[in-house]
Amino acid sequence: MTWTQPTLLLLTAFLGVWAETQFLLFRNVLGAPLHILPSLVVVTALQSSTRMTALLSVLGGLWFDSFSDNPLGVTILPLFAVGIGIRSFEALLLRDLPYAQVLLGTAAGVLVPLLTLAILLTLGLNPALGWATYWQLAVMGASGGLITPLLVHVFVRVDRALNYPAMVESSFRPDREIKRGRL
Amino acid sequence: MLKKTHYIAFTVVLALVLALLKLPDQTSARFKLAVSSLFLPLFGASTAVGRVADATGIAVQPKSYIVRQNEVLRKENADLRLLQQQANELLAENQRLRQSVGWQKQLPWKSRLGQVIARDPATWWHTIQIDLGSRDGVQLNMPVLTNQRPDGRIALVGKVTVVGESRSRVVLLGDPKLRVAALVQETRDQGVVGPGKGAALSTDFVELGYLSRNSILKPGQTVVTSGDGGLFPKGILIGTVVDSQSVDYGMSFDARVKLAADFGKLEEVWVIQP
Repeated sequence: MTWTQPTLLLLTAFLGVWAETQFLLFRNVLGAPLHILPSLVVVTALQSSTRMTALLSVLGGLWFDSFSDNPLGVTILPLFAVGIGIRSFEALLLRDLPYAQVLLGTAAGVLVPLLTLAILLTLGLNPALGWATYWQLAVMGASGGLITPLLVHVFVRVDRALNYPAMVESSFRPDREIKRGRL
Repeated sequence: MLKKTHYIAFTVVLALVLALLKLPDQTSARFKLAVSSLFLPLFGASTAVGRVADATGIAVQPKSYIVRQNEVLRKENADLRLLQQQANELLAENQRLRQSVGWQKQLPWKSRLGQVIARDPATWWHTIQIDLGSRDGVQLNMPVLTNQRPDGRIALVGKVTVVGESRSRVVLLGDPKLRVAALVQETRDQGVVGPGKGAALSTDFVELGYLSRNSILKPGQTVVTSGDGGLFPKGILIGTVVDSQSVDYGMSFDARVKLAADFGKLEEVWVIQP
C-alpha cells in the first residue's frame, strides 16, 4: 500500500463531510442527506488495512460530529464497527463483485445511523425521531448501495493510475526445467 | 474472523470514544469548534465563489432592470422613513406612559448580521453554524432571527447554544432541545412551541402544545413569542396555525404551526443582543 490511497480516502472523507454541511439539494428532495462516510469505510475496509479503517473512522467521525449536535465521538464507533466487521470477514467476501459492494454499502448506510441513534438513546439524549426516520434510513441505505461501487471503481482506477502494478512472480524456475531431446 | 490486531484496534477506538464522551460539555464544545475550524479554508472558498457568482449576476443584469429596482427601493426607503418617524413617536409615547405607571424602561434591540456557514449533517438535530462569535458580542441563549421572507417580516429562527471566538452554533425551532413560550396573536391563547410529529423529516412545521381546552383556533392565525421566560422578546413571529386537535382526553389543545422562517433557504440571520 502506498501513501496515495490513504491520502485520497481521508481527503474524500474531509470533502464529503464538508459537502454534507453545505449542500441541501439531496436532503430537500429526498428528506435525508447523502452520507458518504459509511460507504468510504466499506471501501477502506475492502481495499486497505485495519489501521487505515480505524484512522478513517476516527477522523471521519470527529469531522462529522464537529458540525453536528451529536456528542463528540458518537459517530466514530458505528463507523469502526462496520469497518471491523467487514475486515473480519474479508476472506469470505466477494469484494470485486459489484453486487457484493452494493449489499455492503446498503448495510453500512443503514447500520451506521442506526448504531449512532442507539448510542444517542443510550446516553439519554432525545433526537428527533418518528415514522420519517424509517424513510430516512431507507434513503441512506439506498444511497450507500449506489455510492459504494462507484467509490470502489474510482479508487481502483486512481490507484492504478498513480501506482505501479504489483510485480507478479512467475512460477517458472530454470532449475526445474525439463529439457527434452538429446543431451 | 476477529484477529488479534482487530481486538487491539477495537479496544483503542473504544477507549478513545469513551474518553471523548466523558469530556466536560464546555471542553467538548470547544474541541468541536477547534476540529471544525480545519474546514475554514473551504468555508472561505465557498464564500468567495458565492461572491464571484453574485458579482457575475449583477454584471449581467440589464441597466433598465437596475434602474427599475432602484426606483422601487427609493420608494420603499421613503415609506420606511415615514414609518420610522411614526414608530419613534410611538416609542417615545410608550416610554412616557411606562414611566408614568412605573414600569421598567424597554431597551431597543441591538442586532448583528451573521452568515450561515454550515448545517447539521445529522438528520435528527436541527442546528446551524454562523460566522459570529464572542468577539462579535454573541453570548449564549441570544435569540436569532431572519428577515428572509417575501413580506420582509422578521421571524424567529432559534437561539445560540455554543459560542466560539468567531463562530457559534444556533439551535433551530423544531429541534428537540428548543422549546419557546408562544401565544396566538388573535386569541391570546398561550402555549409552548416544540418539535412537531414530523420533525425528523420536515423542518417546516412545529407543534404549539399545552393550549387551553377553551382555545378557539383557526387556520391562518398568527403565532408569536409570548416573552415568558425572558429569553425571547415578546411579539416575534413564529408562524401560522395550520390545524389543531384536542389531546389528553380533551384537557388541552395542540396546534400544528407552519414556521414563518424557511430553514432550507436560510443564508443570513440576525443575532439579537440585549
